This record gives sequence, structure tokens and C-alpha cells, in this order.
Amino acid sequence: MSEKLRLRFTKEGRAVYISHLDLMRTMQRAFQRAGYGLKYSEGFNPHPILSILLPLGVGTSSVCELMDFQLAQETDLAALPDALTAAMPEGIRVLETYPEGRKVRELKWLRISGVLEYDTADVLAVRDGLQRFFAQETILIRKKTKRGEGESDIAPAIRSIGFAAEARRILLSAVISAQEPTLNPDLLVSALAQLAPELKPDYAEFTRQAVYDAEMKEFR
Amino acid sequence: MDKRLKRILPRVQKPARYTGGEYREIIKDKAAVDLRMAFCFPDVYEIGMSNVGMRILYSTINALDGVWCERVFAPWDDMEREMRENGIPLYALESGDPLTAFDAIGFSLGYEVAYTTVLDMLDLGGIPLHAAERTALLPLVFAGGSSCCNPEPMADFLDLMVLGEGEAMDNEVLLLLNRAKREGWDKRRFLRAAADIPGVYVPSLYDVAYHADGTIASVTPKDGAPETVTKRLVRDFENSPFPTDQIVPSTEIVHDRVNLELFRGCVRGCRFCQAGQIYRPVRSRSAEKLVAQGIEALEKSGYQEITLSSLSSSDYRQLGELCDGLLDYCVPRSIGLALPSLRADNFSMDIMQRVQKVRKSGLTFAPEAGTQRLRDAINKNVREEDLLESCRVAFAGGWNNVKLYFMLGLPTETDEDVLGIAQIANDVLHCWRENAANKNRGVRITISTSCFIPKPHTPFQWEKQVSREEYLRRVRLLRDNLTARNVVYNWHDAETSEIECILSRGDRRIGAVIEQVWRSGGRLEAWSDFFRYDRWTKALEDCGIDGGFYTTRERGAQERMPWDHINMGVKKEFLLRERARAYEGALSPDCRHGCENCGARALNGGACDV
Repeated sequence: MSEKLRLRFTKEGRAVYISHLDLMRTMQRAFQRAGYGLKYSEGFNPHPILSILLPLGVGTSSVCELMDFQLAQETDLAALPDALTAAMPEGIRVLETYPEGRKVRELKWLRISGVLEYDTADVLAVRDGLQRFFAQETILIRKKTKRGEGESDIAPAIRSIGFAAEARRILLSAVISAQEPTLNPDLLVSALAQLAPELKPDYAEFTRQAVYDAEMKEFR
Repeated sequence: MDKRLKRILPRVQKPARYTGGEYREIIKDKAAVDLRMAFCFPDVYEIGMSNVGMRILYSTINALDGVWCERVFAPWDDMEREMRENGIPLYALESGDPLTAFDAIGFSLGYEVAYTTVLDMLDLGGIPLHAAERTALLPLVFAGGSSCCNPEPMADFLDLMVLGEGEAMDNEVLLLLNRAKREGWDKRRFLRAAADIPGVYVPSLYDVAYHADGTIASVTPKDGAPETVTKRLVRDFENSPFPTDQIVPSTEIVHDRVNLELFRGCVRGCRFCQAGQIYRPVRSRSAEKLVAQGIEALEKSGYQEITLSSLSSSDYRQLGELCDGLLDYCVPRSIGLALPSLRADNFSMDIMQRVQKVRKSGLTFAPEAGTQRLRDAINKNVREEDLLESCRVAFAGGWNNVKLYFMLGLPTETDEDVLGIAQIANDVLHCWRENAANKNRGVRITISTSCFIPKPHTPFQWEKQVSREEYLRRVRLLRDNLTARNVVYNWHDAETSEIECILSRGDRRIGAVIEQVWRSGGRLEAWSDFFRYDRWTKALEDCGIDGGFYTTRERGAQERMPWDHINMGVKKEFLLRERARAYEGALSPDCRHGCENCGARALNGGACDV
């Protein structure tokens, strides 16, 4: 009983502002509302066994979030996604549930898309600038860490990146490192702000599109 | 979502409180509704969404066909700055539409210090502040809530106020407004008709005249408005609406749990307590119904915690039955049951121990005063023996954290009473030493004092408040006598209490002061982060008003109070009788051991505590 299960879900629209911690609470409550009892940990202060594989930054959308959980009782998994979706706040949809997900450490790459908005800049020139900027061998940026400020090279964490210009915005598509090292997409904008401020967008938003293993096979 | 909003949200703290989209938010087709209401709470989302009254009214108003009620909260200062800089007006969470899109704008007023936030929200929403400036029928700006029991300080800004319990009357007001809108009435005609709805107070229909000494000479109704406005209440509380299908916030709020209301009113009659007077008469809901509602609300929300709320839960007749019924459901599901507002007596401790099977919280008691003499004077029916016995049971049962709340500056208080608080702290500490289950874990006794504020519609409404200097002298006296290492002393600042006193007992002249404080930057002042005393003293000075007139001046029994035309149920004779007893140090029995004929039952067809 109580095998390990994995959930694939989206987090879009108004739900992108829900923080990781709040999302954990929201998930827990949604299971309760949908009538699926989560399995609790043993011990003095029992808590439901729930973990989200790659915590998503506030403001970033995703169509490929993964969460591990266990149920208190054996359940028909086929009905679970729809029942859970009905119990979710706007913007969270449960796509599928399955047992035997791959080990988290095998997760390596993330495909992201981004919309970079430019209110006044010439987007064609900016697109070329962006292509040149991200083609560099090293992109050293200052980063705040727990031990103060450090420098880090984000170039190795970008496997591929491309840009397309539209009216007053540029669409970005990239494959970036999901862990070891983790590259937060917002750092792409920070890099521009620090090293090429003329290319910095007036507003940017990103969406996680897919997760892969080291061989670029879809991670499940 | 608005593009400008999208750009600022990544820059502000806790953006999820500004987006809406929560589970079970009510969305209607705005083209298909006749009347749109913005329910405004003059504090941030986390506070407003924790308010049970707002939850009930959101549900009862939205139950009206053709009416859509949405929620509006005050933004934190970072968000407000961004909104003002980017020209984003205050908007409702459901539709994202600005306040100007609404027909009715209703505020919930439960804490007087939030008054400046009301003005700020109106301004941020692009709505003129003064009722007199809003000459058109729409939008109607009104308010309800406990602070309206003295409506005068906000009289300049509100078109009308609803007195008493909103679910008993808000819909009548909205339906009348809907009719007025449909038939094209002007504002004057609507307000005049609204004043005929029992419980509705229209400030502009009353003229206030003052004596040379500043006290009120008369309050004269115009156009046939009623002499006295009497609050409305829910008569059949057993069957009055309790929404079990509430919004579940996606971000943490202050009371992030199911909140079950056991009863309204209070049988105790503590003489300082406004809630204990203005919510009378006592009306309860049966344990059977509460258990069913509690379970349903837990199932529909997914919450892992439920709390019982009332003014004094120990006085709920079926408390044992209720707790057992809920525990049967909660314990196997690891759902926590919290029971605040318990009295320090044996029965309550027994319940406490049963309830804490799931999780053990701290213990909190409110003896309010340090000596039996003063506790008798304020009619706080707690004896030190009871308190110590409760602590004994608690310490023996493994608790090691006790909080005790007191007030300083109560009428007739002497230094002996202040020192009595220190004595209680020592006695509780001694009690722990004698009875602790495990002394190695240590003990923490927290003593908190706040400054007494005489409130309208209480037996102490005529009393003076001690000056800030005197309050602080008493604080120091107590602090110097609380020497034990395990005793922590916190005191509430006297400055907010002084301003709260002015705002609660003020008259119409205080409106100008509120406006002046808002104009000099005052908002969200219920948060110590944003409260500035000097802003208030400056505004009082600018308006030529002596704050002491409202605080440190004792009012004569014959003086006309600014709220004397408001009837909250309890009669003035009763309040005066209770006040005289306070000075005799005489207790009054609780309502169950002898009805003192306060008068409130008349509002309930003569029924009380059934």
C-alpha cells in the first residue's frame, strides 16, 4: 500500500504568484477537498508526505511541474487528475498521476520559453544583440548568495538559446540547467541588467515547458 | 490581468494577496448583473480574509440574484506606492475592476484606528472622500461593523451606516439601491427612503449643535428621519447563514482555518467590554448544527484546523458535546481543534485537556486586573484561586507556557492593584514550581498590559482615560516589580490607545482630524509599522481640537454622548446602574444567574440566551 506517486501539473495565470510554501498548503488542502487522504509522516508532529521536485520561482509559469506524494489508501488513479483540478485555485491543472517516477537526481535540463517586452527599443537590433550576448563563452554575473556576493558563470548552464522578434517583444526559447547548477530564468535578465543594460527588457516573464534528463529524454 | 499590474507584482511582497483567483472565489457575468458591490476591508488581505463577518456577508450578498459582491483590501505600502506611481486605481480581486466601476462601496469597520485607511482606499480608488461631494446616486459609500456603534467620527465620509448585524439588513439596503438605480432616483430621495429601513443611519439627515463648552447640545433629525436608530440583529441565529463553502485563500492569512461561531453576545457583562454589551442579546447555535457545519466546512475547504469562536466559549452550554462531536471527526484525520476564549475554571481545563489531543498550544488567560477588589469593580468574575487551579492542572499536564492579559488605567485602579499583577505572576510561578510535570523544560509566563479605553455603550463610557504619562508610570511600577527571570512583561504602547479613545468616543468634529492625518500620510495605522503619534497630535492642533476633551475628561451623567441617538440594545439606565456598582465594588451576576434587565432582549422579541 501507499506507493510513491507522482503528479504532473500546470501553474499558470493568476496562480503564478502563489509561493512555493503556499503551493504546498494549497496542494494539501486540494487533496482534502477532493476526498483523497494523503499519507502522513510518523512522529510527534505528523505532516503529509508531499514534495515538489523543482520549486518554481514566484511569477514564473509552468506546464510541467512535478510533485511526489503518497495516499493513505489505495485509490483509482484515473479519476484523480480531474477531481484534483476541480479542487484547485484558478491556474492549476493536474495533468496526470503515475507511480514509479524517475529519481529526482536524474532530472537535468529544463526547456523554457520567455516573453521579453521592450516598450521603446528596436526589437530587431535587440534580438541580434541578445544572440551575440548569449553566444559568449563565459557570462560572469554577480549573484547574492548566503555568504554575501559571489561571481558565477551562467554560460555553461545554458544548453541552447534562441530569440524571435515580434512587435515590441522578443520571444525566447532555451534549454537551461535545472539542477547542479540550478539556473533561475530571472538570472538571464539579471545578466543583461549587469552586463548589457541596453538589452534589458522592460518586463520579462518565463514559462517552464518541459523537463529532461541528461540525455535530453523527457523526464517523468 | 492588467498589464501594468503584471509588471509591478514581481516587485512587491507577497503578490498572491493582490491577484484573486482563489478556490471558490465568486465570479458572475458583470454584463448580466444589475448591481455591483465592492466589499472593502480597511486592512490588508491577510487580516480581512480572516474576518468571519466578511465571509458571511460575501456569501449572503452574493446569494442575491442580480447582485455581484467582490472583495477589496488595502494594499501594503510597497504595493500602494507602485499603484500610485503607475496610475493603477484600487481594484476588486474578482474582476480586477476599479472602485469606480461599482454601484455600492461598503466598508467593514471593526477597529477605529483603521479609519484613515478607509479614506486612503477611497482616494486610491478615485472616489471623492466626502459624502457631500458625491452628489450622484452612485456609487453609494456605506459602512457597517462594530465601530459604527459610534458613527459620528466617520459621518462626513459615509452616505449611510448599517447598525448591527449585516446579514440581517445589508440586502434590504442593496435591493433599495437597485430599485433607485433602475428608477433613476436622485441621491437625496434614496437616502431619505433608506433611513426608513430599521438599522440604517444616514448621517446627513441629522444636525448636531454644540454647547459653548464643546459638549453636544442636540442632535436633530431632518426630513422625518428617526430620532433614534436601533441596531438590527439576526433573531434566529440557529438558522442564520453560515457559509460552509467559503473561499480558501491561496496564500497564508492570519486565521487560516475554519472558524465556527458558537454564539453571539455574552452573558458575562464585564463593565469595560464593548463587545459584551453591543452584541447582546445572547443567541446560540446548537451543538448538533455546529458539528455538522464544522465538518462540512472542513471537507469543503480542506483546512487542517478548526477554531471555535465566541466572546466566552466556556459559557457555551453544550461545549462538551460540541468538542466531542468535532474531535470524533478531527482526531483520526490529524485536524487540530483550537479553543480560544476559555475562562480559567475547572470545567474549561477539563475540556482543554481533551481538545489538546491533537496539538498542544499555549494557555492564555485574561484576569484583566491585579486584585480581587478591582476585578469585582469591573465585574470580571474570575477569582485568583480559579486561575491558580487552572494553572496547576495545566502545569501538571505538561504545559509550560502561560500568557496573562491585564489592563492598566481601569477606573478606581490604585498602585496596589498594579502591584497585584506582579503578585499574580509570582503566584503562577510558584504554582509551576510546585506542580510542573517536568521542571527541566522551564516555564515562560508572559504578562501583557494594555491601556484601558473607555468605550461607547459600556458602563464605563463616561470614564476618563488615564494620561499617557500616568499609564507609563504604572507600567514602570509593574516592570520594576516583575523581577523573576521566567516572567516576561510586554506592554501595549499608550499612544495608540489614546488615539483609539479619541476615535471611539469622538463626535463629528473628529472627521476633520482623521482627514488631516490621512493627508499627512496616515494609513494602515492599525500596524505599529505605520502608526505615527505626532501626526495625530499635529492634526488635532491644526483642527483646533483638544484631545483631552475626548480622553482624560470625565463626562457627566447628564452629558449628551455623541452616540446617544444610536440604540445598540442596552439601555442607558442599565449602564449607569452598572457604573454605580463598579464604584461600590459590587459584582453583578452573569445573565444566567439573574437578569439585570439590560434591555437588549427587546430587540429579539423578548428572547435571550435560548
